[in-house]
Amino acid sequence: MIRADHISKTFDGRTVLDDISVEFDTGKTNLIIGRSGSGKTVLLKSLVGLHDVDKGNIFFDDVCYTKLNFAERKNIRKDIGMIFQGGALLDSSTVRENVRLPLDLFTEMTEGEKRDRVNFCLERVRLNGADHLYPSELSGGMVKRVAIARAIVLNPRYLFCDEPNSGLDPQTSVVIDNLIHDITKEFNITTIINTHDMNSVMEIGEKIVYIHEGHKWWEGSKDNILEADNRELNEFVFASAMAKRAKSVSR
Amino acid sequence: MIALFENIGRYFMLLGKVFSRPEKMGIYYRKIWFEVEALGFNSISLTAIISAFIGAVVALQMAITLESPFIPQFMIGYATREVMVLEFSSTVVALILAGKIGSNIASEIGTMRITEQIDALEIMGVNSASYLILPKIVATVIFFPLLTLFSIFVGIVGGYAIAYLTGIMLPGDYIEGLFYYFEPFSIVYALVKGSVFAFIITSISAYCGYYAKGNSLEVGRASTRAVVSSSVTIMIFDLILTQIMRV
Repeated sequence: MIRADHISKTFDGRTVLDDISVEFDTGKTNLIIGRSGSGKTVLLKSLVGLHDVDKGNIFFDDVCYTKLNFAERKNIRKDIGMIFQGGALLDSSTVRENVRLPLDLFTEMTEGEKRDRVNFCLERVRLNGADHLYPSELSGGMVKRVAIARAIVLNPRYLFCDEPNSGLDPQTSVVIDNLIHDITKEFNITTIINTHDMNSVMEIGEKIVYIHEGHKWWEGSKDNILEADNRELNEFVFASAMAKRAKSVSR
Repeated sequence: MIALFENIGRYFMLLGKVFSRPEKMGIYYRKIWFEVEALGFNSISLTAIISAFIGAVVALQMAITLESPFIPQFMIGYATREVMVLEFSSTVVALILAGKIGSNIASEIGTMRITEQIDALEIMGVNSASYLILPKIVATVIFFPLLTLFSIFVGIVGGYAIAYLTGIMLPGDYIEGLFYYFEPFSIVYALVKGSVFAFIITSISAYCGYYAKGNSLEVGRASTRAVVSSSVTIMIFDLILTQIMRV
């Protein structure tokens, strides 16, 4: 479980997050949605510790992350996997080296154990055979899958994904969504995905938090988002022509 | 002015992170060797070309300038050696490498910053500053003195070649000049300068890249800042080291 307790964040006097309290459940695919510039990326980066919040606290299970010092945070970070929008793979390393890096730095595994673990993770994201390639030689979907493999290689308890579908075609997006969802269930991870892809919302959104202008505006699941009585949320959900048409047809 | 002090403060704070205890030494050893190749060995050809030509030009200029029956010809070899050892091979080569290596480091680390690769390392719990910058500093601080020695040697050979090929002086006189009034400490002086300048180039360029923000334009600006800042700092430290270590 990850819990934000009345967190606020400002940049140069501009409030980006304003008194947000929210809880993300273990073993569920939790989604943060919102328009561009609404503050959802700042919320995700604050939760993961890349931004220090100005007010409030963040809890990883029972541990108050915001009160930890650098060394104590480091221990929790080993339990965190993160998939960045662009993949954030190390350009100068091959797929195998990228996935293996956390094992090299933080485990005492033997060479054979590391090889097996990397093979398992690459197989899990269906990328066996691509281990010798460099990030520049991969397609967008493959980059995301390598990022997922790297994120899960240390068996994380918490998985953060920043717009994992951006730049991908709809079919590949579904593959990535399902992969993240399956991994969440398989390893009982607390997963938080930052997205504005409504397909993801309807496919895997077990818990959804809608952020609007730095405030938590709505909270629910994919089962009740379409019936939500919230003007800003409805404008966001039914923004596309296809969604509008689907809504009118259903009526 | 405030921005300058802010930058200096942040630079030293970054150095504090860089020199904190590494996660695993084995990984760092491998990265140091990688950087020795990327930043050191790959600079050999540029250093060789520039040093050979400058050595030749210095010898030629000295021959023209010192053309007098009262000045012995071996002074040309002597002057060429002194120029190469005391200034050119450490300072000028450092300035040239600030352009090559400095921009390379700043753009590499800057790109890693804007593509969130540094954030990815931080999330994993890696001390990104140490992991990315320390191997580069160690590699260049070790390798630059060797590059300085190499530059001295190639420059002197360049001077000899021009003496031999053009006949402006007897090669024997040139060699005699090379050994005339030789002070071994001047080599130590050149090596110390090489190491200090290597540290300046690598750490300042890494700093410029590490704090790059925004987009690819900013990476370009960080790269330019790295070359300008390290070149100016090299000149300042050249003056300081020359005063401290007067040969």
